[in-house]
Amino acid sequence: MSEAIMKPPLAERQTLLGWLRKNLFNSWSNAILTVAAAWLTFVTLRGLITWVFTEADWAVIQTNLRLILLGQYPIAQVWRIWVSMLLLSFLIGNSLSIWGKGKTSTRFTIGLVALLVALAFVVSGPSRTWLLAMGALLAAGWWLARGAGKAMRSVVGIGWVIWPLIFILLLRGFGDGGPLPQVGTNLWGGLMLTFMLTIVGIVFSFPIGVLLALGRQSDLRIVRWFCITFIEVVRGVPLITILFMAQLMLPLFLPSGVTIDRVLRAMVGITLFSAAYLAENVRGGLQAIPKGQYEAAYALGLSTTLSMGLIILPQALRLIIPILVGQFIALFKDTALVAIVGLFDLVGIARTVLAQPAFLGTHREVYAFISLLYWVFSYAMSYVSIRLEDSLGVGKR
Amino acid sequence: MANAPKAHANPPFWRDERALRLLAQLAFGAAVLFFGYILIQNMVNGLRQQGTTLGIGFLQNTAGFDLAETLNDYTRSSAYIQAFLAGLYNTLLVSAVGIVLSTILGIILGVARLSSNVLVRTLATAYLELMRNLSLLVFLIFWYLGVFLKLPLVRDAINWPGNIILSNRGIGIPWGIPTETWPAFKLFLFGGLLLALAIIVIFHFQGKRTGKAPLAIVWAPLAFIAVAVAGWFLQPAAPLSLDLPAVQGLNIRGGRIFTPEFMALVSGLVLYTAAFIGEVVRAGIQAVSKGQVEAARAIGLTSFQTLRLVVFPQALQVIIPPLTSQYLNLTKNSSLAIAVGYPDLFYVSNTILNQSGRAVEMITLVMLTYLMFSLITSIFMNWYNARVRLVER
Repeated sequence: MSEAIMKPPLAERQTLLGWLRKNLFNSWSNAILTVAAAWLTFVTLRGLITWVFTEADWAVIQTNLRLILLGQYPIAQVWRIWVSMLLLSFLIGNSLSIWGKGKTSTRFTIGLVALLVALAFVVSGPSRTWLLAMGALLAAGWWLARGAGKAMRSVVGIGWVIWPLIFILLLRGFGDGGPLPQVGTNLWGGLMLTFMLTIVGIVFSFPIGVLLALGRQSDLRIVRWFCITFIEVVRGVPLITILFMAQLMLPLFLPSGVTIDRVLRAMVGITLFSAAYLAENVRGGLQAIPKGQYEAAYALGLSTTLSMGLIILPQALRLIIPILVGQFIALFKDTALVAIVGLFDLVGIARTVLAQPAFLGTHREVYAFISLLYWVFSYAMSYVSIRLEDSLGVGKR
Repeated sequence: MANAPKAHANPPFWRDERALRLLAQLAFGAAVLFFGYILIQNMVNGLRQQGTTLGIGFLQNTAGFDLAETLNDYTRSSAYIQAFLAGLYNTLLVSAVGIVLSTILGIILGVARLSSNVLVRTLATAYLELMRNLSLLVFLIFWYLGVFLKLPLVRDAINWPGNIILSNRGIGIPWGIPTETWPAFKLFLFGGLLLALAIIVIFHFQGKRTGKAPLAIVWAPLAFIAVAVAGWFLQPAAPLSLDLPAVQGLNIRGGRIFTPEFMALVSGLVLYTAAFIGEVVRAGIQAVSKGQVEAARAIGLTSFQTLRLVVFPQALQVIIPPLTSQYLNLTKNSSLAIAVGYPDLFYVSNTILNQSGRAVEMITLVMLTYLMFSLITSIFMNWYNARVRLVER
């Protein structure tokens, strides 16, 4: 307190030199550390910048950008991906103005729109139009949802639940003819497949995970044992063994004559894996709810199902939002493993790119670019989660 | 509604909650069993059509494939089970080395994150943000293909001071070769270990009796080193002779040579896991409330004593559980060795699977092995938690 009242005399107020001395050179050991750290930073940055701007040959990325992003999805059908991206930008715009906070939200929205417009000028052809449309829809979504009431909130919330389904159905298509011919999953690849696997993993593991968590808490002994066994077995083995099991054993479990698509098998594996981890996180949330809440719900005469659905779960899930986002980021990064079982996600497509005779030996460029993609999306997700946490007031009550 | 006062003693069973619960459980159990039965029936039928049955007898068959590096005396004429064990040992090796190194780097990172030096703190944070948002698999592949395989050829190998040779065929470091006095020296080492343990136990009891424990963490290793040094020089010849790696033709000879696969896997896992361990360490140190430190200083402990007697024991309680799960993660992540071609448990099992066609058995075996690791870990965790709780009260 006294520090706040008694400001230091003018001579001791912070100057640049004073700051340097206080923070970096306040003792001999600290000075040595500073010099060592500065040298390390300098060497690393110099090496990195030299490599990125002079040594690396980025032609391999320029030539194969479409392959890396979309896999071998037929060019004539790419509009479907764009349409789902348009919907997504509209939703993001809505959400930013509903859940974002005042100026930050405005700045963030403007930044995103600017980014899309800037990207539009980097690329050429129809992509430019689509990107510009995305920016316009994002801005429109933001504008329309200003000062929205509760009804708008729930509409946007439902939109977020429905969007993944629309995305999947739109990309997959139906039947041979018609406006939406089916695109086989063998043509899915690149960043799109990575996203697809993540989205499917999140959407489907969520209900399974919540059920498993409830089952683990259940008084019914057989149900509890089953859930515990499932959760612990899945959490005890590496994801890659589960993916192999899904690839090799799943077809064996099905009656003869029934075949199941490779991508679908990977999705089953990822969903089960993610569900077990999600169940443990949900259990953490359930345990954090005070017992009084359970008892109050019981006292009101709510049945077990109703008290779970109306009282306990909403609170528990809200409590664990940051943890869940962390888990989904981990899932996004883990989907890379499907490349080992032979799918053409980002990592799988990288192998295809590296096999092109023109680009032999460009491992560094290709994998650095893919790492960058993973990094940017993971970082963005964790950034959004911090924002979300702030605006929902998690951990502040 | 359901809790209206019970007028009569025995409601019919479809209203009796206990009966209903029992029925629900039985129904659930029956459904699970039935579903499982159908799956297994399908599998057995499918396998019969392929002309195979389940069983682990095939593990005695000759493997017939080579493994790049093994810790047991596996050759291509050994049985599958030998290959499996070789993979298991390699996994244990990678995990053990990885755990030790990532702990050291993680502690450094965690402390650096709390440093008062802005530059060090920023650097540690930047490293953490970089690693946490990378996909481990992509990082490992990049690390292997982009760094270790891009090292120069053997004839242009890089020589680092201390006779370390770096090339794309492996990394050679100086190593000792046992001489004839090595067996006797091993006895010395064992004796030193016993002495160190004795010192820890005696100091522990002395500390309990007098309240003034000498620093076992200093004296025990010192005693061990003293015995080892004595054993080295008291014998007629040195127990180990130095073997330096050198470039000979197209290969590195002498010393100890680590393959690029091993190096990439271990260093990749360490760099990745250390970021997470750093966070665990930071959280643990921050979890000790400031009042504890101030109280310790107020009763006159020096800053080193504060760290050792007050902060460290309390931080450890918070650190150990998540740290153990990071160790387990590292062990499970070592299965990504398949991406860099290091013959670990999973890689070898996959080779066996492809060669013998025994998918069901091999996948089950691998899963059981990894499950065993996590079972051992959770047994340790339960033991530790129980112990910590006892210490607390």
